[in-house]
Amino acid sequence: MDTSTQKVKNSDQKEEKSSLKKYWSTNLKILAFLLLIWFTVSYGFGILLVEPLNSIKLGGFKLGFWFAQQGSIYVFVVLIFAYVWRMNRLDKEHDVDEK
Amino acid sequence: MDVQSWTYLIVGITFMIYMGIALWARAGSTKEFYVAGGGVSPLANGMATAADWMSAASFISMAGLISFMGYDGAVYLMGWTGGYVLLALLLAPYLRKFGKFTVPDFIGDRYYSQAARTVAVICALVVSFTYVAGQMRGVGVVFSRFLEVNINTGVMIGMGLVFFYAVLGGMKGITYTQVAQYCILIFAFMVPAIFISIQLTGNAIPQLGFGSTITGSETYLLDKLDGLSTELGFAEYTSGTKSMIDVFAITAALMVGTAGLPHVIVRFFTVPKVKDARLSAGYALLFIAILYTTAPAISAFARTNLIETVSNKPYDSMPEWFSKWETTGLIGFEDKNQDGKIQYVAEASLNELSIDRDIMVLANPEIANLPNWVIALVAAGGLAAALSTAAGLLLVISASVSHDLLKKQLMPNISEKGELFAARISAAFAVAVAGYFGINPPGFVAAVVALAFGLAAASFFPAIIMGIFYKRMNREGAIAGMVAGLLTMLFYMLKFKFNLFGETTAADWWLGISPEGFGTVAMMVNVVASILVCHMTPAPPSEVQDMVEDIRYPRGAGAAQMH
Repeated sequence: MDTSTQKVKNSDQKEEKSSLKKYWSTNLKILAFLLLIWFTVSYGFGILLVEPLNSIKLGGFKLGFWFAQQGSIYVFVVLIFAYVWRMNRLDKEHDVDEK
Repeated sequence: MDVQSWTYLIVGITFMIYMGIALWARAGSTKEFYVAGGGVSPLANGMATAADWMSAASFISMAGLISFMGYDGAVYLMGWTGGYVLLALLLAPYLRKFGKFTVPDFIGDRYYSQAARTVAVICALVVSFTYVAGQMRGVGVVFSRFLEVNINTGVMIGMGLVFFYAVLGGMKGITYTQVAQYCILIFAFMVPAIFISIQLTGNAIPQLGFGSTITGSETYLLDKLDGLSTELGFAEYTSGTKSMIDVFAITAALMVGTAGLPHVIVRFFTVPKVKDARLSAGYALLFIAILYTTAPAISAFARTNLIETVSNKPYDSMPEWFSKWETTGLIGFEDKNQDGKIQYVAEASLNELSIDRDIMVLANPEIANLPNWVIALVAAGGLAAALSTAAGLLLVISASVSHDLLKKQLMPNISEKGELFAARISAAFAVAVAGYFGINPPGFVAAVVALAFGLAAASFFPAIIMGIFYKRMNREGAIAGMVAGLLTMLFYMLKFKFNLFGETTAADWWLGISPEGFGTVAMMVNVVASILVCHMTPAPPSEVQDMVEDIRYPRGAGAAQMH
């Protein structure tokens, strides 16, 4: 192998490596963002802030009680589907998706 | 037709479906036996996971528990669903990319250590056996109540059935049986809930009926229930009684425990691609959420119905279901002040009514006067829930023994055929042990099922998470963490749940955290121990670090799956 193709190969590898690095750090950011929402609706609204939220009414539900028994579950479902959608896009952007 | 004939008919039909599927989906190789050949579609896997996950406890007991706990019931609702977010985001895709058969497989390879694998096998066996014993008991109870056979006969019938499809079909048989079981259990759960919601609030969607006004009045159901509860001296339904820190700790322990349960994790090995693993976690939670958002509605309906029917009413005027459940011992009335009326109040010395929480779901159709076929349907649903979970657990046990102990440690040269045979034998053996515990339940089964989550949280979860997200984590750290977490959890359980070191009360709990919530603390002990030990010992070998790097990118999962 002559030196010029070696160089091309090296820079290709470098590029691939930095792309993978970027993929992983974006992935971690997505995770952190989604887990923040996960924490806020369940532990935040459903437990820590349940008392103040209970003074707000949503139809027949006190809001804090609703988050604890219903609302957080709905949010959980949406979170996972949002994650699936976002990660499928990220996989394609960084060309690591499965063929 | 009477309830009895309906029950035989419906339960009989569902059993024939399960057997038919088992025959159709026989496993021919270890890969089919352990991971259903890896070709399950995300939708089917989502349904199977939901059935696998929702046990007799979710189907029969949970709504009743919440009914008496009010707001505090949120620990189960959020805990047992929130864990799926962790599973989907932090575990499923990476474990699928790793692409082996079991959780101990991951631990053993990631931490390049047979000792770590063995610790993981022990954790998997402890968690699965405690859990499966409760399921077999559940099968027995449902059979005895609805088929009017003795509980032991009920357990035997259940054993025979599970034996048939778990031993013969392995994961492949279980997967497609669980899909059928999910459909049956969710239908059985929703039908009475919808009927009762219409009766009480005029809204056909229980999730909405729960927050609506009571038919023919301007009062919201929950406001009425709060009023009734406080009038009788109970805590306000929408407020509960547990301390905030305990609710927090229990919810966290259940979430993390859910994400660490081996029979759930292993289901994500059965789909073809990494993105299918993510998607099937989403479907699984969607299917679970249908039941889990209906349960609190049923709880509130049942509680209102119960108070309205019995409180301060003459004993003679009780409807038929009351005396029917009285004969089973699940409802008890003792006329302390001899006035012939039922005083149902919080104050123990004045209260005259005792109720087993489990009847809230089982008796619901009768209380609401629903047709006989609905009552039979609930029996079939309860059986589907218990059997599907039992089968999933039995498979984890059999795979831990035949794959992680025999193939990976004791007899590495065992042939494919020999391993498959060993897997079947250990599944059969596990059925027998589970049946034994179903017939002779150790008194602590109910307590231990809740604690299985604490154990899973304290042992597996941190080791897997750090194995994926923390490249520096090494063998020594992971083993130290798992052992420390497990021992801390066991100690707290033995001290405060079983009073092994002298009598204890809730006032003695550390930081006010109950044994059910202590998994959260034990998990932190695990993490701290892992990190400390990890930094005093050498970094993992570079090929392991490369492997960790590799599981972070989805491409190539198909290849990684072959041996």
